Amino acid sequence: MTINQISVFLENKSGRLAELTKILFESGVNLRALTIADTADFGIVRIVAEDNVKATEVLEKNHFIVKNTKVLGIEVADQPGGLYKIMELFRTNNVNIEYLYVSMKRNNDKAVVIFKVDDINRGLEIVKENSLVAVSGSDL
Amino acid sequence: MIYNPQAEQADQHTREAQQLKNLKNLLKKVYSKVPFYKEKFDKAGVKPEDLKTLSDLKYFPFTTKSDLRDTYPLGLAAVPKEEIVEIHCSSGTTGIPVVDAYTRKDLDTWSECMARTYCAAGATSADVLQNAYGYGLFTGGVGAHYGGNKLGMTVIPISSGNTERQINVMRDFGSSVLTCTPSYALYIAEVLKKMNVDRDSLKLRIGCLGAEPWSDNMRREIEEKLKIKAYDIYGLTEITGPGVASECECQSGLHINEDFFYPEIINSETGEVLPYGERGELVFTTLTKEGTPLIRYRTRDITYLYREKCSCGRTTVKMHRLFGRVDDMLIIKGVNVFPAQIEQLLMQIKGLTPNYQIILTRGENHLDDMEIQVEVDEDIFSDETRKLETLKNYIFNSVKSKIGIYAKIKLVEPRSISRSEGKAKRVIDKRVI
Repeated sequence: MTINQISVFLENKSGRLAELTKILFESGVNLRALTIADTADFGIVRIVAEDNVKATEVLEKNHFIVKNTKVLGIEVADQPGGLYKIMELFRTNNVNIEYLYVSMKRNNDKAVVIFKVDDINRGLEIVKENSLVAVSGSDL
Repeated sequence: MIYNPQAEQADQHTREAQQLKNLKNLLKKVYSKVPFYKEKFDKAGVKPEDLKTLSDLKYFPFTTKSDLRDTYPLGLAAVPKEEIVEIHCSSGTTGIPVVDAYTRKDLDTWSECMARTYCAAGATSADVLQNAYGYGLFTGGVGAHYGGNKLGMTVIPISSGNTERQINVMRDFGSSVLTCTPSYALYIAEVLKKMNVDRDSLKLRIGCLGAEPWSDNMRREIEEKLKIKAYDIYGLTEITGPGVASECECQSGLHINEDFFYPEIINSETGEVLPYGERGELVFTTLTKEGTPLIRYRTRDITYLYREKCSCGRTTVKMHRLFGRVDDMLIIKGVNVFPAQIEQLLMQIKGLTPNYQIILTRGENHLDDMEIQVEVDEDIFSDETRKLETLKNYIFNSVKSKIGIYAKIKLVEPRSISRSEGKAKRVIDKRVI
């Protein structure tokens, strides 16, 4: 089970993020998770929306550059060492993490961490082999 | 002082007689020795003998920068290879460099021109020349060096860069003449201030500056900050390098060394020769050049010519300081760059769109900065910053190695580059010069 994430290229100039969120608001798109990777002159906004298809459509219509990416959402125990345990699994299985962020959703007492890994199929196998819980976009 | 009174103060009749004699010889020589010129003259239906007076030169075909590229590397050489003693190339430009090959005599001519330049600026053999032009294939460094030698100055071949050392050397060796680009001269002034060096501990009094456009305002600023007199020098690799023309103590227009370089001003669209006082494209014929002679070479620089009784005593024709270019060539940190070069380079990078913009600024340090903005589209957008940063570095390195400029690369959103009437504005030059 994977999550569809949309990534948007943003120039580092004032008002761009406001514009992006305004467009989503005006189209009634709700956001489930969001993170921004920033560099000196540009940023990449990563979003998991309730309706990714619609989000992609309205953003593209407004000339944003949008890319759909598959990511893993994994439940992580909300206690010391929760994240470490998963990191160790990835490390020992030679799966590289490009980036990760935490979603707003909590499933019971667990947090959902979103991982972008270099080999998503291997990532999914690790989830299965270790009885971890991968969530879908609609679960967020 | 005048370095060569006989040449620089000749009466017009004597000078023209000499120019005509040299021009006749030159045309004969290139027609018989350089197939490129023979073909060109034949096609235009002219023979060297058709030139009876200097103004008959207008019947002869022009030579252009693209001709120089087509004949790369030594297609224009009019002497056997053994007689060529030195070669220089233009800085950067559209892939194929422009070559100037010199015989021993050509180097003497060049040295003399630069010696005249320093002399016109008031330098003598007692001066110490700090040559902060870059040494190498670029004509600035060695041209300035040879001229300093010729005049008998003490030459310090420090080259460009390492400004703190420039200032230490300037102080320790008592440099009195500085030669470099005007923007570098201003930068030296800033560093001087930052280092808290007492200006009175320096012997600097003259700046011979060129290789990039600069205004009278910039001149005033340099003169004030460095407490020197700053003189404009003009030259281009194709013709010989620096020293084609230079200012005298009057600082009003540049005296052309017309005994070596015969100037014309033309209407750049029709090719028609324009009279004195009218603005147009500057064209040169290298009257005495042996290595790679040029007939009616179109410089693409815009100016006008005039003859006046200059109070310095020179009788040579003067050109106004440059007004600009006929084409879109940019001069950035002394390097010639055409926007088309950048475009070509970007187009070679997979996935890049032709939507780019070049932004030129002159920063607080008075040096030119070039930023290349490139629009990101679906093909190159990656959701990993690392990949986009890699792309930026790749563009940076390509520009550095192929054009010779350290440009800032900025990835921008699609459609953020303004398009006027459907056509994108490629260059935004914010430099105040």
